[in-house]
Amino acid sequence: MSLTKAEKAIILSMWGKISTQADAIGTQALERLFASYPQTKTYFPHFDLRPGSAHLRTHGAKVAAALGDAVKSIDNIAGALSKLSEMHAYVLRVDPVNFKLLSHCLLVTVASHFPADFTADAHTAWDKFLSIVSCVLTEKYR
Amino acid sequence: MVHFTAEEKAAVVSLWAKVNVELVGGEVLGRLLVVYPWTQRFFDNFGNLSSESAIMGNPKVKAHGKKVLTSFGNAVKHMDDLKDTFAELSELHCDKMHVDPENFKLLGNMILIVLATHFSKEFTPQVQAAWQKLTAAVANALAHRYH
Repeated sequence: MSLTKAEKAIILSMWGKISTQADAIGTQALERLFASYPQTKTYFPHFDLRPGSAHLRTHGAKVAAALGDAVKSIDNIAGALSKLSEMHAYVLRVDPVNFKLLSHCLLVTVASHFPADFTADAHTAWDKFLSIVSCVLTEKYR
Repeated sequence: MVHFTAEEKAAVVSLWAKVNVELVGGEVLGRLLVVYPWTQRFFDNFGNLSSESAIMGNPKVKAHGKKVLTSFGNAVKHMDDLKDTFAELSELHCDKMHVDPENFKLLGNMILIVLATHFSKEFTPQVQAAWQKLTAAVANALAHRYH
């Protein structure tokens, strides 16, 4: 599965808008993840996960920054996220099922912030993009 | 049996009251067919599904989307009794329509996302969580009679 030219264009143009609120969006996606899928909190026993916490904001910003890196290197996401991929495989070892959950929460967050832009075609592009990112992050697991 | 807290029920019921079932139903089904095109396999007789605009404007998609979401409204009325409420529909989806239950999860997530586009800031993480629980429970209820 790879992105068409049109899908890449959608992602690049929407990222222009998203990036102005990237930290808030990353943070809200995590809040949504922990609220809807409490089992995901098991990966963060060392964090204060209450909404608004410094931990959440810092981590949300990290997630957003990584997505930004992937967007900037949209033709070589594997290259851009290579270190992150190793970290997830050897250090973090987050079960692969959770990437779908976070991806869904990212889609919900973007949809609620940019309803007019989040057409069915844009939704498809972002869903595919996040699937690709998830694949890259789990490809060194075994 | 899934247990919904009073807050979760309130979050679901109050949002549902504002949902335009016809409009949202069409968008939900349309998005399913656009974002996950393999789901079109169940709708060979729906006519033109060749592009996003064809799908989202297709009158059969809109009509069927309305039907599906109206049925979902039943779930909102019977949150404590979903398995019984959807028993017949479960058998129908298995025996007559041969739908892989995985599709119920996909549709559930489409409901969430369309609600997010319609209700924006009002669709807080807590409201989303209540709706995730409901859609997951409905998906389970619809799969319950499979054999």
